[in-house]
Amino acid sequence: MNILEIKDLELNKDGRKLLNKINIEIWAGYVHAIVGPNGAGKSTLANTIMGLSGYRDFSGDILFKGKSIKNLTIDERARLGITLVFQEPARFEGLSVDDFILAGIKEKKSILVDEALRKVGLDPLKYRQRFVDKTLSGGERKRIELASIYTMKPELVFMDEPDSGVDIDSIKYIFEIIKDFKKHGTTVILVTHSPDVLKQAEHAFLFCAGNLICKGEVNKLFEYFTGRCAPCDHVGKPDKIEKGVKNG
Amino acid sequence: MDKDKILSELLNYSGLHKMAPDIAHIEIHGNQVLGTHLVEGLSVESESFEDGVNIKIRVKKGIEIKNPVRFCFGLIPENGIQKLNINTVIEENAKASFIASCTFPNAKNIQHLMDSEIILEKGSSLKYFERHIHGEKGGVTIVPVTKVFIKENARYSTEFELIKGAAGEIKIDYSAEVEKDGVVDMNTRIFGRLKDKIHIKESAHLTGENSTGVLTSHIALKDEADAIVENEIIADAPFARGHVDCKEIVQGRAKARAIPVVQVNNSKAHVTHEAAIGSVDSKQLETLLSRGLAEDEAVEMIINGLLK
Repeated sequence: MNILEIKDLELNKDGRKLLNKINIEIWAGYVHAIVGPNGAGKSTLANTIMGLSGYRDFSGDILFKGKSIKNLTIDERARLGITLVFQEPARFEGLSVDDFILAGIKEKKSILVDEALRKVGLDPLKYRQRFVDKTLSGGERKRIELASIYTMKPELVFMDEPDSGVDIDSIKYIFEIIKDFKKHGTTVILVTHSPDVLKQAEHAFLFCAGNLICKGEVNKLFEYFTGRCAPCDHVGKPDKIEKGVKNG
Repeated sequence: MDKDKILSELLNYSGLHKMAPDIAHIEIHGNQVLGTHLVEGLSVESESFEDGVNIKIRVKKGIEIKNPVRFCFGLIPENGIQKLNINTVIEENAKASFIASCTFPNAKNIQHLMDSEIILEKGSSLKYFERHIHGEKGGVTIVPVTKVFIKENARYSTEFELIKGAAGEIKIDYSAEVEKDGVVDMNTRIFGRLKDKIHIKESAHLTGENSTGVLTSHIALKDEADAIVENEIIADAPFARGHVDCKEIVQGRAKARAIPVVQVNNSKAHVTHEAAIGSVDSKQLETLLSRGLAEDEAVEMIINGLLK
């Protein structure tokens, strides 16, 4: 069953085509990856589906569980169960970890904060009253971002470059939480150019210069991406990429 | 209205209830001293005049007052003037913290004028927290002028908070002279609404070696509120350190202006500043929206954080 369908999505910004007639079906309950080099349009696609400002003026349609979400605001999409783990999470002066993690849920129970923090390997006693500000390291901030998403129990979560700017210890917890999402039926879409993150997915879409080049099982796409796509100097010229991977 | 009734109303608006005997407290309504309860090492002398009260506060040498001293100032009626001339001395190595609640719940045309001089003798410390509680429509003109003299190794921190109710008109003018190893930390948090006019002027003059000054102003404005923030640090001495931090969130038709001034007159001193004025940060907003908060809720959460 598809949880998300993207139909003929085209996005232009400042005279540049950032997404070119994208058609994608996202199977519910799977861990997917959108891979590609820098500038491929991966984050653009995630931001467009989330409805962030600057990514709302597009043609085509986005269907969530069969219904168009094209005209919904960010919070309306979030309340349907769609959310995004930002590549570089925002920092909030004066906002406690406690309040941040509980922001997305109605049930304001501190036990949920404890559970979420433990899930990402942070001691609740040390972190609950800290602020989500610049005193946190990149890894801590990313883990707290994940903890807040975890408490939301979303149906569909985009994780934009989940390993960027984090230490090895944090990556371990990030990968664990991806498994946990899967276990609880959350559909995950990893946005990445990292082979290590790609390995966490079951199914992947390869993007280049705003085009969907191919899609398929991760093990097939992994070889192509690491061996041929990653070192490729055809950035911005997807028409020159050899059609070496069978779609599936 | 009789004295007890006014006192009870004043305390009620300030959220203060019966206090333990080891908590010193002073209540002043207009030019009337309604109550004074002191603890060992603290002396307070007061003298009423037509529109206000002269107050002399002294914390004796070496005394550490355990609990914060509670001051409750205010006016319950709609109109009036309250002038407070306060002279505070914290003697050598004494330590205290003061919490002042300034309450004007029914104000239509009230002036709250404070002229204060604070002297912190060698090695002493004072934390001063002032919370204003106003009505929804403003109607108050607040003009606190405070001069602080921080002697060797003394520490002074002050926080001014006006988050609930409309500010009306505020003209804060705080200045501090900081001697060797002294520390000053000034913090202002105001939420301006309606047609509030806010002018904050804070300055720290770091005259002594190794002295430190931090001036922080966090202001949120909406409707047609207007704010000007002038923060100034001048460092004259070697190893003096200063930082100015001014952040203002502006919504609706509100206007904000920040003028940070940093001046260093000694090559071994170092002063930094940061100032940011703008609407609510879009990344913060979108983060909270993507958690399902409505825009109003998200903005409130961000502003509450800034003013915390």
